Amino acid sequence: MIEARKIVVDPVSRVEGHGKVTIRLNADGSVGETRFLVVEFRGFERFIRGRPYWEVAMIVQRLCGICPVSHHLCAAKAMDKIAGVDRLTVAADKVRRIMHYGQVLQSNAVHFFHLASPDLLFGFEGPVEKRNFVGTIENYPEVAKWAIFVRKFGQSVIKAVGGKKIHPSLAVPGGVNKNLSIAERDALRIDADRVVAWCGDALELCKRLIREDAARLEAFGTFESSYVSLVRADGAMDLYDGGLRAIGSDGATIFDGVTPETYDDVIGDEVRPWSFMKFPYIRSLGKEQGWFRVGPLAQVNCCDFIDTPLAEEARLDFKRPGGGKPIHATLYQHWARVICMLHAAEKVKELLYDDDLQGEDLVISGERRPEGAAWIEAPRGVLYHRYRVDGDDLVTNAKLAVATTNNNEAINRSVNKVAIDYLTGHEITDVLLNNIEVAVRAYDPCLSCATHALGDMPLLVTLEAPDGAIVATRARG
Amino acid sequence: MPKPTLATCSLAGCFGCHMSLLDIDERILELVELFDLDRSPLDDKKVFDSIVDVGFVEGGCANEHNVQTLGEFRAHCKVLIAVGACAINGGVPALRNAFSLRECLEATYVGDTPDADHRIPFDADLPLLLDRVYPAHEIVKIDYFLPGCPPSADTIWEGLKELLAGRTPGLPYQLLKYD
Repeated sequence: MIEARKIVVDPVSRVEGHGKVTIRLNADGSVGETRFLVVEFRGFERFIRGRPYWEVAMIVQRLCGICPVSHHLCAAKAMDKIAGVDRLTVAADKVRRIMHYGQVLQSNAVHFFHLASPDLLFGFEGPVEKRNFVGTIENYPEVAKWAIFVRKFGQSVIKAVGGKKIHPSLAVPGGVNKNLSIAERDALRIDADRVVAWCGDALELCKRLIREDAARLEAFGTFESSYVSLVRADGAMDLYDGGLRAIGSDGATIFDGVTPETYDDVIGDEVRPWSFMKFPYIRSLGKEQGWFRVGPLAQVNCCDFIDTPLAEEARLDFKRPGGGKPIHATLYQHWARVICMLHAAEKVKELLYDDDLQGEDLVISGERRPEGAAWIEAPRGVLYHRYRVDGDDLVTNAKLAVATTNNNEAINRSVNKVAIDYLTGHEITDVLLNNIEVAVRAYDPCLSCATHALGDMPLLVTLEAPDGAIVATRARG
Repeated sequence: MPKPTLATCSLAGCFGCHMSLLDIDERILELVELFDLDRSPLDDKKVFDSIVDVGFVEGGCANEHNVQTLGEFRAHCKVLIAVGACAINGGVPALRNAFSLRECLEATYVGDTPDADHRIPFDADLPLLLDRVYPAHEIVKIDYFLPGCPPSADTIWEGLKELLAGRTPGLPYQLLKYD
């Protein structure tokens, strides 16, 4: 007799943080509801209340050790507004930017090289003991070299201005606490050209791996969707600041030039009882149709152009098959991620040759305001922070909407599509488990971030009968 | 002779200690010569099938799943190291200990939203949250502590190498930072 059952993948590995996947099977054996769950909860929104506002950029970066700089800078940008500052000094703006591009560079490098590329290099069905970064070191030493040194360079940029590679200290309300010294600049200049070149090599590798298996990869966990990202006023990709743009699956603009103060007017979120991660949606399209994707694919799809030459060339090449329409292939997020990594490397290099970073005018202040909201393009997509601060300088309210949360519905849909495509009968096969993880990993979900309110995805599968009794479990490893 | 084995996990942490481990940069090549990586979020090994020499624990315990994982690490690791502020004293996640769990959940899921239908998530698929965040040594015996938020790559590297040589890591003052 066939019964309705549930399959659980717990934890999903080689993603940053803690989450799991469940697949409910209908009585006829077809795939019912699938869920990608965030199983951790931190409570930042509560315990940040009562802290002095100038402390917040240092505390909230501890949401995530993978992209602490994104949280550090996003909080600081919100606190700039509390401090009455709408425009930083040129030096402060550019010093923050170089730190952010260093962060995008290292984070995208970790995800592409250390976590995701083993799937592409060894195949989704490749031997489990090889399909990780140690396997890459042993079998593809050249790729391992790019991985180590691109990450090292990005982390060195962060350390140069922030004092530490992880959880640095740089931004303060209204500016930064130091500039980039000539000695620090000169030390970084030595490797800048090589890092840009290695990112270019990584792009070629990524394209080759994808094109070798294009028909399968293009369809893998894929569907059409809307996209949301920050875009500069002239339409350029801008990962540090800009107006919010949303485009539909056909590329038509849904909204554009939105400011952080009106976030709640355009984006809503839904809480579902089975996950600690919320489900955001574009309000004008409603809860059913309004879900969207963020991250590298959105960053590349939403902008009109990229203002660095190598990344722009890569963008044109990437988007050519769409004839001006967005690219929707879920696994092409890896390709888009490498384009963003190359862009970040070019930006760091550009800023290393900009004398403004040695400016001495670093902090300004204005008339205090009770509320500040800001966003930034974290490596995984748009990140939003909003704070209210009372007359004693203490935070009274915080809202944090992290990048991975914005991809929640999309990750769920990709898991559902893979389950439908690869699940046959009641067998929990390795192929199914791997493919589910590959689909989740395409989004580079940072469950650490999403846990703030999220973090570790290893893999255990449970089959559950309609009454909830566990029929069978299987773990990999 | 088989290489010693190293297992890692991230509990209620931010993954920063794992990232700091990656910050040993080119010494990763040496690390994989010295150790075989066993269960870790950095590979696809999700359960223990043998006794492991060194366990690297990031994060404290905020839910029943963290407690279970930490117990498995204690049962399978000859030496267990609590790495970073969260494993050692709960760290930033333990800031929630000053408030009730309900207050924290309400602030995140119910408060500050124009949407009236928000409620606190509940589901058998979600692990039970603990009343407060516990440091690792309050749950199981911990053999060594590596402080820092995160400990620097040099600190982690020196600690691992000393353990491997069978010595109690006596780290120089310069490598012990607590922020």
